[in-house]
Amino acid sequence: MTQLSAPAPLPPYRDSILVHEILPIAIFLAFALLPVAAAFGAETYLLGLFMRVMIFAIAALGLDLLVGYGALISFGHAAFIGIGAYAVGILASHGIGEASISLPVALAAATLFAYLTGAICLRTRGVYFIMITLAFGQMAFFFASSLAPYGGDDGLTIHARNTIFGFSPFKYERLFYYIVLGCLAGCYLLCRALVVSRFGRVFRGARENATRMATLGFEIHRYQLAAYAISGALGGLAGFLLANATDFISPAYMSWQRSGELIIMIIFGGLGTLHGAIIGTLAFLLLGEWLSGLTEHWKMILGPLLVLIVLLARGGLLGLAAQVAAWWRRETIHSISDFTWTFGRLVRSLASSIGERLSFNGIKFAIQLFWSRIRG
Amino acid sequence: MAEPVLRLEALNKSFGGLTVTSNVTFEVAAGELHAVIGPNGAGKTTLINQISGLIVPDSGRIFFSGCDVTALSAPRRAALGLARTFQITSILPAFSVIENVALAVQARIGSSFRFFGRASAEEALNTPAMVALAEVGLADRADVLAGHLSHGEKRALELAIALAMKPKLLLLDEPMAGAGREESKRLITALSRLKGRFPMLLVEHDMTAVFALADRISVLIYGQILTSGTPDAVRADPQVIAAYLGEEME
Repeated sequence: MTQLSAPAPLPPYRDSILVHEILPIAIFLAFALLPVAAAFGAETYLLGLFMRVMIFAIAALGLDLLVGYGALISFGHAAFIGIGAYAVGILASHGIGEASISLPVALAAATLFAYLTGAICLRTRGVYFIMITLAFGQMAFFFASSLAPYGGDDGLTIHARNTIFGFSPFKYERLFYYIVLGCLAGCYLLCRALVVSRFGRVFRGARENATRMATLGFEIHRYQLAAYAISGALGGLAGFLLANATDFISPAYMSWQRSGELIIMIIFGGLGTLHGAIIGTLAFLLLGEWLSGLTEHWKMILGPLLVLIVLLARGGLLGLAAQVAAWWRRETIHSISDFTWTFGRLVRSLASSIGERLSFNGIKFAIQLFWSRIRG
Repeated sequence: MAEPVLRLEALNKSFGGLTVTSNVTFEVAAGELHAVIGPNGAGKTTLINQISGLIVPDSGRIFFSGCDVTALSAPRRAALGLARTFQITSILPAFSVIENVALAVQARIGSSFRFFGRASAEEALNTPAMVALAEVGLADRADVLAGHLSHGEKRALELAIALAMKPKLLLLDEPMAGAGREESKRLITALSRLKGRFPMLLVEHDMTAVFALADRISVLIYGQILTSGTPDAVRADPQVIAAYLGEEME
């Protein structure tokens, strides 16, 4: 009976230990074992591909923190990646290739940018927040494009990967791979701790009912700004790794299409679960890679597929898995005569989730963007 | 007499051409339960919103335990010990009942910039929260999602949240709104138990509740204080009878 903007009821998969505890472990185990499997095949290609997945997953984790737990739909998230990458590239072009310098600079630059822009963006709500974060993202993009000494539009090649205290671990693909995996695991654990901490509780509460939080004594802006800065730092880390992995920086890292892709990744995997962001990134990038090998017109397939997932699966791929699992359980427990009932439930829940999704303008907007151009 | 907990001085507020608060001056003394009554649209909720900091008055000043809080934000006022409930239940529906209350404890104890450690496992937050829940009879519902509570239980939860803030003044915005006869009775009992522990400003429609609980009553009509006094004095006031009580008291 409350007049609050009632949040969607907790999806059933929240309770599941299988989805929430075992699945993340399985994902990380698979990442850890991949180089072993890759040794039998196209090793360089596979390591490179999965490294890219993990790097973007770090940025996606940061975005899920904002979108999934704070309902702050940041549409300029690629800027943080770009700033982290440019920190590495610019320092390298001046002969500073030491990670003990470039990593702190990358993190500090991205965090500072997030803090300063966040202080302004967080004065707005809803669709205005989306637009203003997009505007700041575009500002970063055009700023990078106009950096003529550092390649301007064309970008800049980094001639030597960073060293760490004189050692060059990034030269060895496998070692680099495990460093990225370590970063991803660290960020994942950090985010998990964050959302259940005192801080995370206030941050989540601000999404639920801002007025109530204010009358309890919380200046919710401070918490949202802190989360925004943390999210920016994760983007900066991803940028640092990306620059080293590609030996190249380009304004394209900051394009709004990239920001849109990040949003699609986290929606694709399932919002507000953290490992959903990793799964979404994995699925999005692998699907793109696979489909582009099949046909030249692969975007024609990927586009509708993503729309279907977003429309039909409440909670993205994770939600879909849980729905199917629940349906399967019910199916085995009850006799076959319950089939129609179960099927009806499934259809109804799908229909209601379509309705919900359609009413969620931010996502609709993201889909429209996606249609207009899938990959930058 | 001791300094009043709350003092409003010549408060004014208009929305466009509509004056909702007009030169309102009154006090809530230490330890008293002060009720504000008035017909629909008299500006009762707007008044509460100005006191709690959600609406900025056009002119006038608000003093809370001696400090001028007119320019302070709602969170700052809450931190000073000003707690409130809402006419339209305002809770965090996706949080469990105990988490709703533990958040209030967390706000009072401070230090919410802690990024590690599971907040829901902290005894320092949960124990005071359970005490507050027990006081309103919700202890056995602690782990239920707040959104799944019945209407009456939600009203009780709001009260528990306010209690957990250990307020220096509690603003109650129509706590009986939408409650059934039985629920109202329970809430009246709960409030009369709390009476005296801290001062309260009760805005209420339910006359039974007001006359059973209040030490002093102010009557608000068209944004103006018509009269203030003891329940007996207000009940006998011919102006009040004419303007408001008439139909209800025959």
